[in-house]
Amino acid sequence: MTMTSTSSSAAREEVLCAHCHLPVPTGLIETDAEHQFCCHGCKTVFSIIHACHLDRYYAFRDRDLADAGQAAEPAKVTGKSYREFDDPTFLDLHASLLTNSEFGIQNSELRRTAFFLEGTHCAACVWLVEKLPNLLPGVSEARLDLGKSLLTVTWRQEAVALSRIGRMLDSLGYPPHPARSNTARSVRKLDDRRQMIRIGVAGACAGNTMLLAVALYAGMLSTMDPAYRLFFRWLSTAIGIVALAWPGSVFFRGAWAAIKTRTPHLDLPIALALGAGGIAGVYNTITNTGDIYFDSLSVLVFLLLVGRFLQHRQQTLADDSVELLFSLTPMTARRVMGIKNSELRIENDERIVSGAAPVARKRKLEEVPITALKVADVVEVLAGESVPVDGVVLEGSSSLDESLLTGESRARGISAGDVVHAGTVNLTSAVLVAVRATGEETRVGRLMRLVTQAARSKAPIVLLADRLAGWFLVVVLAIAAVVFFGWFLAGSKYAAEYTVAILIVACPCALGLATPLAVSVAIGRAARRGILIKGGETLERLAKPGLLLLDKTGTLTTGRISVVNWVGDESIKPLVLAIERHSTHPTARAMAEGLTNGEWRIENRANGDVQVADVVQCAEGGITGTVDGRAVVMGSRRFVRSRGMEIPGWADEEIGKQLAAGASPVVVAVEGAVRAVAACGDGLRPDAAVTLAELRTLGWRVEILSGDDPAIVQHVAGQLGIPAGDAKGGLLPEQKLVIVQSELQNGPVVMVGDGVNDAAALAAATVGIAVHGGAEASLSAASIYLNRPGLRAIVDCLRASRRTLAVIHRAMAASLAYNTFGVTLAALGLINPLVAAILMPISSLTVLSLAFGAKTFKNRE
Amino acid sequence: MVVLYVVLPLALIFAGAAVAAFIWCARSGQFDDLTTPAQRILHDDDDER
Repeated sequence: MTMTSTSSSAAREEVLCAHCHLPVPTGLIETDAEHQFCCHGCKTVFSIIHACHLDRYYAFRDRDLADAGQAAEPAKVTGKSYREFDDPTFLDLHASLLTNSEFGIQNSELRRTAFFLEGTHCAACVWLVEKLPNLLPGVSEARLDLGKSLLTVTWRQEAVALSRIGRMLDSLGYPPHPARSNTARSVRKLDDRRQMIRIGVAGACAGNTMLLAVALYAGMLSTMDPAYRLFFRWLSTAIGIVALAWPGSVFFRGAWAAIKTRTPHLDLPIALALGAGGIAGVYNTITNTGDIYFDSLSVLVFLLLVGRFLQHRQQTLADDSVELLFSLTPMTARRVMGIKNSELRIENDERIVSGAAPVARKRKLEEVPITALKVADVVEVLAGESVPVDGVVLEGSSSLDESLLTGESRARGISAGDVVHAGTVNLTSAVLVAVRATGEETRVGRLMRLVTQAARSKAPIVLLADRLAGWFLVVVLAIAAVVFFGWFLAGSKYAAEYTVAILIVACPCALGLATPLAVSVAIGRAARRGILIKGGETLERLAKPGLLLLDKTGTLTTGRISVVNWVGDESIKPLVLAIERHSTHPTARAMAEGLTNGEWRIENRANGDVQVADVVQCAEGGITGTVDGRAVVMGSRRFVRSRGMEIPGWADEEIGKQLAAGASPVVVAVEGAVRAVAACGDGLRPDAAVTLAELRTLGWRVEILSGDDPAIVQHVAGQLGIPAGDAKGGLLPEQKLVIVQSELQNGPVVMVGDGVNDAAALAAATVGIAVHGGAEASLSAASIYLNRPGLRAIVDCLRASRRTLAVIHRAMAASLAYNTFGVTLAALGLINPLVAAILMPISSLTVLSLAFGAKTFKNRE
Repeated sequence: MVVLYVVLPLALIFAGAAVAAFIWCARSGQFDDLTTPAQRILHDDDDER
């Protein structure tokens, strides 16, 4: 069993993870193990799959991946306990009790709940997840909806705990997240079903009337027994009435609503045509005179419903993705048990100080849903977690990223007695927080109320198609009146007949299809590019240029502290990186991150092995250490001076410049001499300048609204070439809202933001765009969500909306041309059901090909 | 051709039955998820253990 060193290194390269087939890091190779794994997650997943004899998963998965041309990904196992799932509040909120014996199990409590699963992507995932009843006795059924990543689990409550199911899913590599708003989803599901049924019925009616119509048209050309003709007409009428009264009732209801609210709507001319055609058809059938148009009418109903369904489907797809993102935000908190109110001495309203100093005591923690937290509870917030409640720090000190709530780019240090707000992120170390307000009563909750109000006060826009429909109706009615009296005065007994023909032929079928088709094509293509568009009218709102307001922190900038500048010796970067890696201080972490990935990263890291020793993090704002025997001192100007070093003039100048720009300068000294000045700050997104330039060429005015310090905002504005007057800093969320609302008087306003502090402004703006990585609140307030990093997607969006509107215009022009042609024929008395039946599908096909042939989102990347 | 009077209504009754079946399917939720069943059919339905 001897192995030469060369062969072992060759073998090392070929060791692949048994689960995800990625190379296994050298340190993790276990020489005598049967299977090798790249990480703990993969190992967990593999061992469970293997132990349960579900190895065929790999065959399924590898085939699916090969089909898709993708590579497997390492499993994501969080190892959470999911104990909050067993909380009665949670169960009542998320899991419905099944009382019927649907599964043939008597005397047992069946519950059903829905989870969003992370990491589901292919058929193999479906297979594995739906094997859950095999893995866990007590689970009756597991059904995965791959499109929505939604798993529905039915389980026997006394046989298995929900947390157990959660842990199992997690250890399979699909961390579950409770799906929210059960009722909203079931309402939508029922609505979808009703729509589906209407389309089915309309389709059946359309098909059957067309079959009958073929016989009637054939009879027009040859001779047809009048008795059969009458029979066919009666059957056609019967089916036509079904089509109009059942699926077609949608249009009558829509038209009635439009009349009641006195707003033009496309349903009006459609309902007019359907109504006139239906009544005339029934009359003609009874009297056995004239033409009937039931084939055209039922096809009309069918096509319009299909068009609307397509648009609806695309929009709900976008909603689903947003819903999925929503559910990823944590809904649990760790409540500290055993600290009672009596241990807290409340000095005054602002400060709660811990009494018995429970520092060293072992605490018992329980995971509870955030909704179950009450005032005066104590929760633990770990580093990297977001604070779940408004409260006061009881114990521990850390620094807090408040950028989502206030727009402030610099982290704030917190220690016992400081007030913290929900929605901020704890950066460095765990703290205990005494709950002061939860849910609606928090600062975030109050801001969300503002969002609701802003959204409600927003003026609805009348869509182009509906505006057009108003005019259309007037024109058609006028023409119909002229034609009626014209023929009547000319003494024709067909005056009524021709008038009805006009009303039917003028039905804006293609017009009704134009918008839904163009919009659903655009939304679908946008989603594939990581742009989620929530409403159909959003694209129409964006087409006209106006004012574009951008948030700064997290929108124009990355929202993460990183290295933004480096002046001095580049060669000492590896030493800096080596030391900063040993610290958890936010600045140190930002430096480490910036030197690894950012703009100022170390270019060639060939010899990375260095000896680091004696790293000391000093409270005065600095860090010292020894790398390969060279003493390194890093920190603020004062810190470096306090270590007995001179700050040279160039460094002093640089420090001043960086401080003015709102960045934190870090002086780096090696072996007693200052060698470089690095600056840490919230850097601009790399594509910000290009994007802004493009936005201006598209005709938009660009301004900045930020909650951050005005000096920093001005600096960023300067970098981007925005005049100082157009960059406003230090704004409260309420002030942002007021600015948006007052600007709305002058034209369309697009707000782009990421934080809770932008949410109200996003909701009030003509269109709100939430950028990647933003807060949940901005996600729900905005009508567009960018699911990929960077600002370029905004430009894509604006261009696409312009193109979409152009497509809609073309389609509308085409359909109006057909209508004009048809109305002219009808006015001259030249139309009959056959001509109408040919004209209508041709016009619809034209619109269809225009919509799908358009390059709405095509020409870029 | 008198048979038309019987056959045609009969055909419509069949069509009506098909529509009724469709409505039942939709109401029982069979069209709620249009993506996953296409994947699920790829799996053999044997129980190994």
